[in-house]
Amino acid sequence: MKTIKKTGIILVLVSLTLLMSLLITGHYQLNRRIIDSTDMTEDQKVAFDLSSSYMIGKTYPSKINFLEELNQSFDKANDLITGTFSVSQKKIDRLAAIFRNQQEIKYFTDSVAGLYAKQNRLTHAKIEGITEYTGWMQNRTYTDFENFKQQLTESVEKYNSSLLQSQGFAGHKIKSLKFRIFKASYLGWAESFPLTMLLLTFGLLSLGTLMYVLPKFRQGEPGIKNDNLYKNSLTARGWSGILTGILLITFYVLLYWFAYWIAEWAVLLDPLSQWITGRPADQWFFYGFVYTWSILFPGLNFLTKYRHSRLHQVRTYSVMFFQLVFAFTLPMILYVLNLPEVDLKNIWPLNYNFFFEWKIDEYLEAGTLGLFLFVWGIALIIPGVPLFTYFLGKRWYCSWVCGCGGLAETAGDPFRHLSDKRLIAWRIERILVHSVLVFAMVMTGWVLYTFFTGKNTLLGVDSFKMRQVYGFLIGAMFAGVAGVGFYPFFGSRVWCRFGCPLAAYLGMVQRFKSRFRITANGGQCMSCGNCSTYCEMGIDVRAYAQKGQNIIRSSCVGCGVCASVCPRGVLRLENKKEKGRFNKPVLLGNDGYINNRK
Amino acid sequence: MTNILIIGNGISGVTAARHIRKLSGHKITVISSETRHFYARTALMYIYMGHMKYKNTKPYENWFWKKNRINLLEDQVRFVNTDKNKVILSSGSEKSYDILIIASGSKPNKFGWPGQELEGVSGFYSYQDLQRVIKYTKGIKRAVIIGGGLIGVELAEMIHSANIPVTMLVREDRYWGDVLPMEEARLVEREIKRHHIDLRLNTELKEILPDQQGRVKAVITDQDEVIECGFVGLATGVHPNISWLKDSGIETEKGVLVDEYLKTNIDNVYAIGDCAQFHKPPSNRKAIEQLWYTGRMQAETLAQTICGNPLKYEPGMWFNSAKFFNIEYQAYGWVWSDLQQDEDNFFWEAPDGKSGLKMVFNRNDRSLKGINTFGIRMKQEVCENWIRNKISIDETIENIREAIFDPELSKNRSKQIRNAYQNENAVTEAR
Repeated sequence: MKTIKKTGIILVLVSLTLLMSLLITGHYQLNRRIIDSTDMTEDQKVAFDLSSSYMIGKTYPSKINFLEELNQSFDKANDLITGTFSVSQKKIDRLAAIFRNQQEIKYFTDSVAGLYAKQNRLTHAKIEGITEYTGWMQNRTYTDFENFKQQLTESVEKYNSSLLQSQGFAGHKIKSLKFRIFKASYLGWAESFPLTMLLLTFGLLSLGTLMYVLPKFRQGEPGIKNDNLYKNSLTARGWSGILTGILLITFYVLLYWFAYWIAEWAVLLDPLSQWITGRPADQWFFYGFVYTWSILFPGLNFLTKYRHSRLHQVRTYSVMFFQLVFAFTLPMILYVLNLPEVDLKNIWPLNYNFFFEWKIDEYLEAGTLGLFLFVWGIALIIPGVPLFTYFLGKRWYCSWVCGCGGLAETAGDPFRHLSDKRLIAWRIERILVHSVLVFAMVMTGWVLYTFFTGKNTLLGVDSFKMRQVYGFLIGAMFAGVAGVGFYPFFGSRVWCRFGCPLAAYLGMVQRFKSRFRITANGGQCMSCGNCSTYCEMGIDVRAYAQKGQNIIRSSCVGCGVCASVCPRGVLRLENKKEKGRFNKPVLLGNDGYINNRK
Repeated sequence: MTNILIIGNGISGVTAARHIRKLSGHKITVISSETRHFYARTALMYIYMGHMKYKNTKPYENWFWKKNRINLLEDQVRFVNTDKNKVILSSGSEKSYDILIIASGSKPNKFGWPGQELEGVSGFYSYQDLQRVIKYTKGIKRAVIIGGGLIGVELAEMIHSANIPVTMLVREDRYWGDVLPMEEARLVEREIKRHHIDLRLNTELKEILPDQQGRVKAVITDQDEVIECGFVGLATGVHPNISWLKDSGIETEKGVLVDEYLKTNIDNVYAIGDCAQFHKPPSNRKAIEQLWYTGRMQAETLAQTICGNPLKYEPGMWFNSAKFFNIEYQAYGWVWSDLQQDEDNFFWEAPDGKSGLKMVFNRNDRSLKGINTFGIRMKQEVCENWIRNKISIDETIENIREAIFDPELSKNRSKQIRNAYQNENAVTEAR
């Protein structure tokens, strides 16, 4: 038994090492076909072909060198593009000169057309650009020529500097291009022996995990299994915990902003993705795959840990099911059926881009079924959330259905005790989580304004800028980098507790209109604090239990672990009539339990 | 403003301080030499097992005391001068008081065994005891626990969690013999043995042997068996920690003697918790009760008395709970280790022998008197109402589901219990 478990751990470490080594052992070779297969514009392609020609056919043994030269190529291509499309100072002077001898200068854009003798795509673009950027000067009267010329120059320069964004390689475009180029240029094990490597990494990882986990089903007696959690460096913020945290944070930063660094992992999953949807894998397919794995396999470990509790068994099957079917498989089936690829259990405002106009359009363009999917999404927000939460508490979602919750309850379970129980943490939690909810609502308001009016700006705030900020700060930094990256530091529910706007919404319903509560059993509590320690939401459960008071907190996700770890049978999660839900703290003294209830 | 001095920062002393603060603006000082802040000693075992850290055992954050104007003093009381209303501390300084509350808790029993003071021998009550147990059990080959009670099984579970083999010596013919009837004791014993604890009933400690460095080497039992071990845990009960009260004029026996208002023979001195001994114990209860909740109740009652609302201590119906490895135990009302004259009982045990239910009732009117549960959680309110209102055993069994407090989706065992009860009755009637 012990040997099997130890072998399992070794296999896990070997496979993880191999997986990481894929990122540094590959070679990279760029060819024309790769460039042709990307979605560059004609101009970009011409420029990039020129600027990257020296890279073609060359084999790069180092990723860093390849990236460096690729960056140089992009820079050069950008110089070429902006150089070609920009308007020279000479032309500006000539344009200005037209108006030199006027007493009162009245600029009109029609005069721009005369600047260029040749009529071609390039001169058209320039004329259009100058016209657009100097349009605001029309119908104004300038008395001073120098002043006029200066303004004209500035306006045209603005056009020149906009070229990088509009014509060149910049922003998101360059990131996704780099990812595709990296992935296609990669030559290495993952590309030469995809199936073998898949087996040696995820296959071995799964096998090792099973070897470590499965024996636990028969090991020892069923019951609470928290021995030595605070002595293990992984689960007690020791060196391996810190290392795991750093690796997780690094992974998320790469995934969101520098995905080309992990393009090899997408290569590894290409066969799988091709087989299911006929598409090559991208970083999001890889992430979805890893995420699902992380709920299924560590979920098994959770099942061994709570094999005495049917509640936890059923709950774990539930999160496994919703992740595997709803989050991972169903969207791909929808894609194959030419329907919008949606996760049908993801609810706004957690699913913050649900109302983005391109999303809505996607639904509306997909016919009756698309409309059904859209209505489904709205029905979950209202009446779904209030209705289910009234009858079951927010746990129906947070610890039974949700993907973030699912990961927290499975892969995150060994870290649950690291949540901060201090009063100050509760204060910060309330401010933060409700601010995010407000932010999500305001952002969505702006998005809908854009959807209905077609205008971008309301009250001086750009709707696109707003969603970009939300996506970066909340969607990526908070939910991803901090949400999972902080597991080994602050427990498994950092996002759910401090950031998730849906949790805030569910929580308000739970607090004010629900049948759910955790009942405290009279005077049996002896203040040991297991409940508070193992509350992943950082609720000081003991503070209520030792007073004989029911626990009703908006943040409670109803995982039920407080009740499980209680050595005195004090706590029980219940859905009961609302009456008596908020019981008074029971003073326990002096035959208190019954007397004080009178 | 009265100057109140509380000796001891356990559950009793701290509850008294908190409730006096709730009710008044008196000056409150709590003296302890154990730890700076109040912690739940019930959780000491979880620190050892790595379930919790010391920090987690504190029910109140460190700022709580200052905010509530409860002064904490880390010191030890050497002597109480009741004539001059002052105490003399280890540090040499003195503290005067208007009202003194003694809540100094317990000390582990030692019955004069040869070798009981050796390095490697410890009781298990205080934070310092925990440190000793941690130190003494490092790298040892076996531990021997003396005594079969709640602390004994806790120590066994703790040390077992560190993969150290444990032998448990129990003087009686069953585990926790002064409390548990035989069926229940056997149920717990099986659980203890399932965890590979070498449980020896009817076995007493005779002597603890040292090695050359003066550390524990082995124990000798009353059957003259030598058991080699690196640690001996003394879990043979506790006694009030009052030796320092000698010559203070405060009347003591085993504990500090108090009346029903928790008052000692001296007007402005009270005692609560483990160290208090009642002249006249409340009905059926012991004169000294070393329980978490009674300490808390006494403190709450005393706070009322001190703050102008004199209240007698009436603990109400007996209840208790514990956990034996994975088996939770709850008790409501009285279930004696041996049936009383007018009593009869019903015992149900699950087929796997890991959970059970004992109900004791009056033979004549069949009214319920007490419940013991193992591996089944029960609602205190329902059980107490049944017992208080003398509901018949037949009716309670019929409605047993109302009392069950197991987690949702747990196997509902009420039907099994009802069936077992009916079968047993059918057999009795047939006879």
